[in-house]
Amino acid sequence: MSPAHYLVLSMILFTIGGVGVLIRRNAIVVFMCIELMLNATNLAFVTFSRMHGELDGQVIAFFVMVVAAAEVVVGLAIIMTIFRSRRSSSVDDANLLKY
Amino acid sequence: MIFWVLAVVSVCAALGVIFTRKAVYSAMMLAVVMLSLAVLYAVQDAPFLAFVQVIVYTGAVLMLFLFVVMLVGVTSTDSLVETIRAQRFLAAVAAIGFVVLLAVGFGNAALPAVKGLRGANANGNVEGLAELIFSRYVFAFEVTSALLITAALGAMVLAHRERTTPKPTQKDLSKQRFLVGEHPTPLPGPGTYARHNAVDMPALLPDGTMSELSVNPIIARRGRLGPEFHADLHGDSGEEAAEKDLAAVKAVTDKAVTKETDQ
Repeated sequence: MSPAHYLVLSMILFTIGGVGVLIRRNAIVVFMCIELMLNATNLAFVTFSRMHGELDGQVIAFFVMVVAAAEVVVGLAIIMTIFRSRRSSSVDDANLLKY
Repeated sequence: MIFWVLAVVSVCAALGVIFTRKAVYSAMMLAVVMLSLAVLYAVQDAPFLAFVQVIVYTGAVLMLFLFVVMLVGVTSTDSLVETIRAQRFLAAVAAIGFVVLLAVGFGNAALPAVKGLRGANANGNVEGLAELIFSRYVFAFEVTSALLITAALGAMVLAHRERTTPKPTQKDLSKQRFLVGEHPTPLPGPGTYARHNAVDMPALLPDGTMSELSVNPIIARRGRLGPEFHADLHGDSGEEAAEKDLAAVKAVTDKAVTKETDQ
């Protein structure tokens, strides 16, 4: 399969993730959509790696995974903390800094 | 072939992530996306990343998501009311605009011929990656360890809850129970019959009637309580079973008595 197909798939997945971030209001689902976008970029990195015949792309994808794991841990802890004080995981309810 | 199947599966699952209302279903759909991406990595000569994807993403990150969904409440579904007017329409417009932007950039890009990873993977994929990580990217790798420690500490600090009120003692708890005044003592336990200690055997009140409070309310609502529903364990009717029990107990005690007299 030519790399163009993989890149198009990566584009589509990234866009779907972006739409999810825009339309969903449950913070956990928003987070899942961010993970989806990170995965889509990883697919692009791996494809580029194969295209150029270098492993650098795979190394970068590996680092993206590490950063994503750290981000998930901290992000979910923040969601838990907000849920504990406000009894809600909707991103609309955390509006203390509005206005 | 494998690409087309997995592309369709992953796009459908990704749409499922953003369109199902329950967070648990979204997490399951995300697992499907991640597993199909893992296979796509494997197909593209990245076996190490494929395994890391399965172990770290599908194994660890998604389980973390499921744990948080469990803690925050599985039943919490999103309401479909838009709080920002035309939010979904604008999101669709933004998505289409973004896809057009990407497609234009992609169409103008000159993709070189595929070189393939046969040369780079000659000594094995893991060895090649290790060589790069510990030479050219060694600084980034070291910084990654700092990031992971910071993340772990951050999660600990965020998840930690300082106790602002003193822990209620047993005395406080009992006072609280009496203030509410509903049922200060513990509920009677089930299975206080001599013959059965099944959970659907209610305790007896002083007047001999069954106390429905002593069994699980779901079982109590079914209305099948009492020894007559356990008669089949030891005999046809309750009395017959009681007689048999009595005989068994007598036999055991007789045996013990004869043993004692023999000695």
